Amino acid sequence: MTDVEEAITRAHRDEWARVVAAVTSRFGDLDVAEEAVAEAFTTAVERWRADGVPPNPGAWLTTTAHRKAIDRIRRENKRDDKHKEAQMLREGAPPEPLAAIDDDRLRLIFTCCHPALAMQTRVALTLRMVGGLTVPAIARAFLVQETAMERRITRAKAKIKAAGIPYRMPSAEDLPARVSGVLAVLFLVFNEGYLVSGPDPDPVRHDLTAEAIRLTRLIRVLLPQDGEVAGLLALMLLIEARRTSRVSANGELIALDEQDRGAWDPALIAEGHRLVRERLAAAAAGVAPGRYQILAAINAVHTSARDMRDTDWSQVLALYDQLVRLDPSPIVALNRAIAVAELDGPEAALADIDRLEDRLAGYHAYQATRADLLRRLGRRHESRSAYDRAIELAGNIAETAYLTRRRDQLG
Amino acid sequence: MQYLASVIDDKGNPGSTDRQPAISAFNERLIAEGYWVFAGGLADTDAATVIDNRGEQAVFSDGPFLESKEYLAGVWVWEAPDLDVALTLAREASKVCDRKIEVRPFR
Repeated sequence: MTDVEEAITRAHRDEWARVVAAVTSRFGDLDVAEEAVAEAFTTAVERWRADGVPPNPGAWLTTTAHRKAIDRIRRENKRDDKHKEAQMLREGAPPEPLAAIDDDRLRLIFTCCHPALAMQTRVALTLRMVGGLTVPAIARAFLVQETAMERRITRAKAKIKAAGIPYRMPSAEDLPARVSGVLAVLFLVFNEGYLVSGPDPDPVRHDLTAEAIRLTRLIRVLLPQDGEVAGLLALMLLIEARRTSRVSANGELIALDEQDRGAWDPALIAEGHRLVRERLAAAAAGVAPGRYQILAAINAVHTSARDMRDTDWSQVLALYDQLVRLDPSPIVALNRAIAVAELDGPEAALADIDRLEDRLAGYHAYQATRADLLRRLGRRHESRSAYDRAIELAGNIAETAYLTRRRDQLG
Repeated sequence: MQYLASVIDDKGNPGSTDRQPAISAFNERLIAEGYWVFAGGLADTDAATVIDNRGEQAVFSDGPFLESKEYLAGVWVWEAPDLDVALTLAREASKVCDRKIEVRPFR
């Protein structure tokens, strides 16, 4: 990679959200901002090659994007009316210095994750506007046609404009719910990368997990006091640390008990554990932890064990009990049962999950868990049909391969 | 901006009919706080008449909501600076009138 290409890549990673946020803040229009910033990056490729990389790439991009935005508004207003042009140009006056507009990014994130937008739309818009991913890349990530994704993003921008979705921080009263909405979007992006839901040839999408972590880090910088932000970041880091040991050379998912723990990323684990300790200290001081913090703590227990047999399952179970009180969903109960199986044996766990059948029978992880418990109880026939059902329901190719091998080993 | 807040009722699961005092109190507050533009409850869907005069002569028929499960039961028009404010009002309105609210901006 040449120096210029490297500078562009770095600027794209570090400055995209900041520049989009600054231009949106100035012109009050996401569509104008998106186009202007994309054009500014295109111009940067040519100009930086000819004139060298500017000393402050972020400022250069912001100024250039502002000019592009003014050009577009001028072009549109030629067709519109002159009065509006004067007004827009007044509003499009000199850009603020970069440091002062840092929290513009937060406003941008809250706008993209607004509850008046459908969940899939929030995800797409956040990846485009805050993450700077291209529309084709987002379409690929969610197995949607490019034109359909383009339409979804265009419609979202139109709704934001027409419905008056504000470009500002939520009210103090709304803030906790809105932050948790943003975290839900980021966790969804992460999960899609962690275990691709469809039959994608890549069972794990590192680009998506990395992007989700990068954006969560950004939120953490902007909202350093929020415990759930820290919790979600820790959770993602501790899962990401195990990424390379999760899929075998022949493309099969590797369960936690069979993973090579020596291949886990020690730096990510250390960072995740540091965040969990920070939240444990807050909990000890009386701040009740939310669900991401508890999930992170569970993952901290797993990543602390050098061997599966060293796992402190009673700690895991205690954390799940805490989580169940917060989130009585059947999926939490299912995961809790896995800890029960380790502590009290598969029979007790099976009794627990049988109660979830009417709600989870169509969920692949339920059938896979059930198949494994039946296998451990020596009930081969029932185990086989549960594996069959799990294989039918699982979309991810690495997971299907894993389940198929386990079924065929039943003999 | 102005927003139309449509009150959506459901024939299968209608909202309660004793909400008028609460709605009146809510309207008083809307007026006092400067959000109120207009409000009105509608008569039953079987009182509606549709006229289609796009052809040679006017054709009369019953309302479009007569057969549907969900129908428009009333409206508010609010003046609000942005959607967040309108949605906060709608959250209250839904509780107050015990029905769903669709919030839609005027062009």
